[in-house]
Amino acid sequence: MKTRDLSELAVRNLREAVLRNSLTTLGVAVGVASLVAMLSLGVGLQTLASERLTRSGLFDAVFVTSQRNSRGPRRPPADSAPKQESRVLDEDVRQQLSKLSHVTEVYPQIRFVTDVRYAGKSETTSVLGLPDSSPSSGAFEGMTGAYFSSPTADEVILHIEFAKVLSDQPPSLVGKNLTLRYAERAALSKDAAGDSSLLESMMGSAMPGGISIVPREKTLRIAGVIESDPSAGIGGFGGARVYLPLRTAEQLHVAQPDDLQAFLSGNPAKPSYMALTVRVHSPKDVPQIETAIKQLGLATFSLLDATKSLRLVFTVFDLFLGLFGSLALTVASLGIINTLVMAILERRREIGILKALGATDRDVRTLFFAEAGAMGLCGGFFGVVLGWLIGQALTWGTTIYLHRQSLPGVKISYVPWWLALGAIGFAIIVSLIAGLYPAARAARLNPMEALRYE
Amino acid sequence: MPSAPMFIQAESVSREYRLGETVIRAVDAVTLGIEKGEFLALLGSSGSGKSTLLSMMAGLDRPTSGAIRVRERNLAELEADELARYRRETVGMVFQSFNLLPRMTLEENVELPLRLAEVHRHDRESRVGEALERVRLGARRRHRPSELSGGEQQRGALARALVNRPAILFADEPTGNLDSVNGEQILLLLREVQDSLGMTIIMVTHERPLAERFANRIALLSDGRLVNDGAQG
Repeated sequence: MKTRDLSELAVRNLREAVLRNSLTTLGVAVGVASLVAMLSLGVGLQTLASERLTRSGLFDAVFVTSQRNSRGPRRPPADSAPKQESRVLDEDVRQQLSKLSHVTEVYPQIRFVTDVRYAGKSETTSVLGLPDSSPSSGAFEGMTGAYFSSPTADEVILHIEFAKVLSDQPPSLVGKNLTLRYAERAALSKDAAGDSSLLESMMGSAMPGGISIVPREKTLRIAGVIESDPSAGIGGFGGARVYLPLRTAEQLHVAQPDDLQAFLSGNPAKPSYMALTVRVHSPKDVPQIETAIKQLGLATFSLLDATKSLRLVFTVFDLFLGLFGSLALTVASLGIINTLVMAILERRREIGILKALGATDRDVRTLFFAEAGAMGLCGGFFGVVLGWLIGQALTWGTTIYLHRQSLPGVKISYVPWWLALGAIGFAIIVSLIAGLYPAARAARLNPMEALRYE
Repeated sequence: MPSAPMFIQAESVSREYRLGETVIRAVDAVTLGIEKGEFLALLGSSGSGKSTLLSMMAGLDRPTSGAIRVRERNLAELEADELARYRRETVGMVFQSFNLLPRMTLEENVELPLRLAEVHRHDRESRVGEALERVRLGARRRHRPSELSGGEQQRGALARALVNRPAILFADEPTGNLDSVNGEQILLLLREVQDSLGMTIIMVTHERPLAERFANRIALLSDGRLVNDGAQG
């Protein structure tokens, strides 16, 4: 029999016992829904975690240091870099790194201690320059006020704890001005140094130059107040309480610990950096970039291994969620077997008539298969819709709960197209497997015996 | 000079059923030849084995021993799919209890053999219409079996048996569930089909008067054995 005719007969048969077949299909739908809901939860949580971690800059960043920096957390393993002459991290290196493919941003860490003056108060705190990509981390969502109006704006964002030190009502600080008092670094000139002959007499000719530290003040507008620490994590190490645009911070030429290194290297006029952060398009670009940077004679560090572990954890998590979800579908498949076996008993005579009219065993088997498959298809489709709705309800409930905790809502359930199609396909396969026995039994029926059945 | 082979030839056909330790021989070494275009009535009392013999000749059952040759092909040796094809293309069947599918309309029932034979959709309508007109049920095509009388249902079953234009029509007690008027109508139709289409008809009945009136030949069975094959001379 042709496929179209078989399908028509199968649909007609399903329509005849509409209540029983609907209940069986509903069973499949519930099974698929539990599978989809569980896996959508797994996928959603994984997506959420990946997004948050990626936005945090932990996994799409390579931290670059000069190989001279032989101490501290950024010290590279002994065999991690080829033996090359180590290079100073200066502006030339920064430009060179920014030209590598897949690199989106290269920036130094600018952090300094300063006096903040506001409304007659003077407080000492730590200031951090934020790179242009900072808003993408999501740390500034829900902040009071707004992010910097431009990458070179004379603006600051205050951490809530520090804002509380300055004012009893932190939100009222937005739009007000404060003054930073900091130490500016400059190459030593005769004018700036005053008595250069004294320095020369002290240092001799070993040091061809020097740097000067000059106190400066800068008035900046408070753009916003933030509750979380946007500098937390590697590369930031947290702890700063005042944030300003990195480019603004660079223009201040604040004296950094690196300056001593520049002074000792004999080129104090040319600023160098302790470390540079290289941001790439995607975490998968990290190994390639690390290799390229090492070939430049620099040391690197990344958290790539941590992402691999994270993926492993989520894969195991998804596997278990899928297994639990599949249990419900297995129970539903028993319903299909039951329905089809009952159908064989009820339609024994019909099978006999079909065979008497020339239907082959294969026709009968395929007819029952088609009915099982149709129940799987319908159950799968409605199950995906139901599973999606359950996921939406979970997201909705979680969002309400998070809002009550004064936290932003998150999407914890996500049904990607592959999950929807996969679940429908899985439901059809399970239904067909469930239909194997009934279909084989129907096909084996002796037409004479089937025709005698009342 | 050897005689021409019969259109249908049963050769020492036996059919046994096992009920526990007991073996029941429903058909016992029956040898019977049927000419093309013949209307043969298999007559016998209940349990005489006539329906069993018919079902074996129709390809619904297989003999335990012996051979049934149709156009010189032994049905006992055919694979299941070949036997299904034989039922689909060579045979039409009418049953005592009509056996129309209750959830289908009359025309859908009649169309069923055409679906199984994978006849093109465009040809089906005309062939269904033709078959229903032959049994004078053209006006009832959209009715379900439950909306038809017994006689109409059996005529519908006859239309379904004829729609594939089979060479042989097997009728198992076609008047058994009908009153005498409707029974006679059915047999008149069978005779008409035989005359107009030259179809071979084998009918099982226990009603001798009807068999004598409509059939060309009567074969008598008793306790599974062929008592009289009705052949002349």
